[in-house]
Amino acid sequence: MHFGPHLLLAVLEGLVTSAVLALTALGLSLVFGVMRIVNVAHGEFFMLGAVLAWAISTAISGHPAIGFVAALVIAPLLVGLVAFLAEWLVLRRLNYNPESTIVATIGMLYIIQQLALTFYGPEARPVEPPFSYRILLPWFGYSGYKLSVVAASTVLLVITWLVLTRTKIGLIMRATQYDRETAQAFGIPVERVYAGVFAIGAMLAAIAAVLIVPISQAHYLMGQDPLLLSFIVVIIGGLGSLRGTVVAAVLIGLSDGIISMFFSPTLAKIIATLVVAMVLVFRPQGLFGTAPR
Amino acid sequence: MRDASPAKTYALHIGVIMLLFALNFIMPDYHQGLFARIMALAVFAMGYNLLFGYVGLLSLGHAMFFSAGLYGAGLTVYHLGWGVPEALVAGIACGALLALVIGLLALRTSGVAFMIVTMMFAQVFYLMILYFAAWTGGDQGLVIQQASRVIAIGGVSFDLTDPTVRYMGALALFSVVLLITLALVRSRFGRVLVAIRENEERTKMLGYDTVANKLVAVVASGAICSASGAAYALLFGYVGSNFASIQYSILPLLWVLLGGAATTLGPLIGTLFMYYVTDITSGFTSAYLLIVGVALILLVLFAPKGIMGSIRERWLGWLP
Repeated sequence: MHFGPHLLLAVLEGLVTSAVLALTALGLSLVFGVMRIVNVAHGEFFMLGAVLAWAISTAISGHPAIGFVAALVIAPLLVGLVAFLAEWLVLRRLNYNPESTIVATIGMLYIIQQLALTFYGPEARPVEPPFSYRILLPWFGYSGYKLSVVAASTVLLVITWLVLTRTKIGLIMRATQYDRETAQAFGIPVERVYAGVFAIGAMLAAIAAVLIVPISQAHYLMGQDPLLLSFIVVIIGGLGSLRGTVVAAVLIGLSDGIISMFFSPTLAKIIATLVVAMVLVFRPQGLFGTAPR
Repeated sequence: MRDASPAKTYALHIGVIMLLFALNFIMPDYHQGLFARIMALAVFAMGYNLLFGYVGLLSLGHAMFFSAGLYGAGLTVYHLGWGVPEALVAGIACGALLALVIGLLALRTSGVAFMIVTMMFAQVFYLMILYFAAWTGGDQGLVIQQASRVIAIGGVSFDLTDPTVRYMGALALFSVVLLITLALVRSRFGRVLVAIRENEERTKMLGYDTVANKLVAVVASGAICSASGAAYALLFGYVGSNFASIQYSILPLLWVLLGGAATTLGPLIGTLFMYYVTDITSGFTSAYLLIVGVALILLVLFAPKGIMGSIRERWLGWLP
C-alpha cells in the first residue's frame, strides 16, 4: 500500500477511536461539569459495560444481533444502577468534597477491577458483531460495523446535546452546574440531579464500551486507557464544554490513530500525555473553554 | 500541636527507633525481612506526607519520585558500576531535580488540576521507562547483583544482601528521615507550610512567599521519596517499571491516610498496618486490590484523620 491508502486507513481507525472516546469523555465531562468532582472510576464503568456486554451476549443464543442489542440496552442500565448506588452510598456522604471523592473513586476503581478479575477472569474475550458487512474501498475492504459505530456515536452525541439544550431536564442540569445553591433555592432537587448525572455519565461510558467490544475484546484492565484519554479530551476541550469535548475527541482520536500507524504507540502516548499536561499547566481552561468564573 | 514540649516529643521518636532496633534481634526471619521493606517504604510515605499532610497538596504522581530514586541508584550501579553510597546520592539527586522541574510546572495549578497534572507527568515518566527498555529493562526490570551491593567502609565491608545489614540499612534511613521530618515540621518553615494548608490567601497577605515555600516542600518531598526508592533498589536489588505505575502513586496516599495525615509517625503506622493486612489476607484470598479499595472508601467515609490523627484528637493532643 502507498502512503495515501495508509493514511486513509489511519484516519478511519482514528475516527472509530474518536467516536467511542467522545462518548466516554462526555460522561466524564458531565460529571465534572455538574458535580465538580473527578471520577477516577470512570474507566472501570467503561470496562464493566464491556464485560457485561460479553456476559449478556453469550447468555442469549440465536443470531448475534439479538444478543448485541440486548447487551446495548441492559449493560448500560446495570452500570447506571451500580453508579447510582455508589453515588448514594459513598459520594453523597462525602458531601462531594473534591479530594475525598477522588480517594473514594480510586477505591471504587480497585473494587470494580478486582471483582471483574475474580468473576470474569484475566482472559480477553470477544463479542460477535451484530453484522459483518464489508465496505469495499478501491484499496482495501473496511468493516461496515466500525463505520456504524461512528454513526451510532454521532446520533447519541446529538441526542445528548438536544437533551442538554432543549429540554427541561437539560435546563435543570445546567442550572445546577451554573450555581448549585441558587438552583436549590429555586426548588431544584440538587441531590437527585447529582445522582442522575453520575448514573448517566457512567451509562455513556458503558454504551461506548458495548459499541467497541465487538472490535476490541473485553478485558478487566481495559478501563485504564479510556480513563486517561478521557481526561486528556476533557482537559483539552475545556471542562464542561460539550462542543469542546467532541472537537477534542476527534482531534485526539485522529492524531492517536495516525501517530500510532507511523510511530510507536508508546511514543504517541508519551507525546499526547505531555502535551496535555502542559496545556493544563499553561492554559487551565482548555483550548476551547472560557476562563473559570 | 497544642503543647509541644520538645523533650517529650523527641523521647517518643527516639523510643520508636530504639524499639525498631530491638525488634531486629527478637523477630523471626520472615518478619525481619518484611519490616526492612516496610521501613524503606515508610520513608516513601513520609515524603508523601510532607506534601499531602502538611501543605495539603494531593499529588497522584509520587511514584515518579520514588522510581527516579530507584532508577537513579539502580542504573548507575548496573550500567556504570558505581558504589552504593554514590548510587544513593545519585538517586536522591535525580529525584530532587525531577521534583524541582515538576514543582515549577505543577505548582502553577491547584486543587483538582494539580492532581491530574502530577498523575500525567508520572504517566509520562512510566511510559518513558517502558520506551527506553534497552537501558531500563522495561517491564521485566533489572536485577542488581549481590557483588555490587557491598559497602566497604574502612576495612569493614557490609553486604546489603545479609538480612541484618539490610534491616539496619533500612532502619538507618528511616531514622534519619523521621528525625529530619520531625525537625522540619517543628521549624518555622513547617509552620508556614501548615499555614498555607489552612489558608493560602491569608498566609500570602502576611508576607510569606507561598509559591517558594511550596516549591521547597515539593523538592524536599521528592528528595525523601527518591531516597526511599534508591534505598529500595540497593537493599532489595530489583528495579522495575511497576514501581513507577499509578498504583505506586496511590499506595503512599493510602498509607498516609490510614496512619494519619500530618502526623510524623502516621506514615510508619499506616505502612505497617496495610502491609500486615495484605500479608495476612493473602493467605486466603488473592483479592488484594479489593482490600485496598474497600480500605480507601471506609477511610474517607469514617476515619478521614487516620489512626494517629484520631489518637491525637482523642487522647494525646501533643503528638506532632
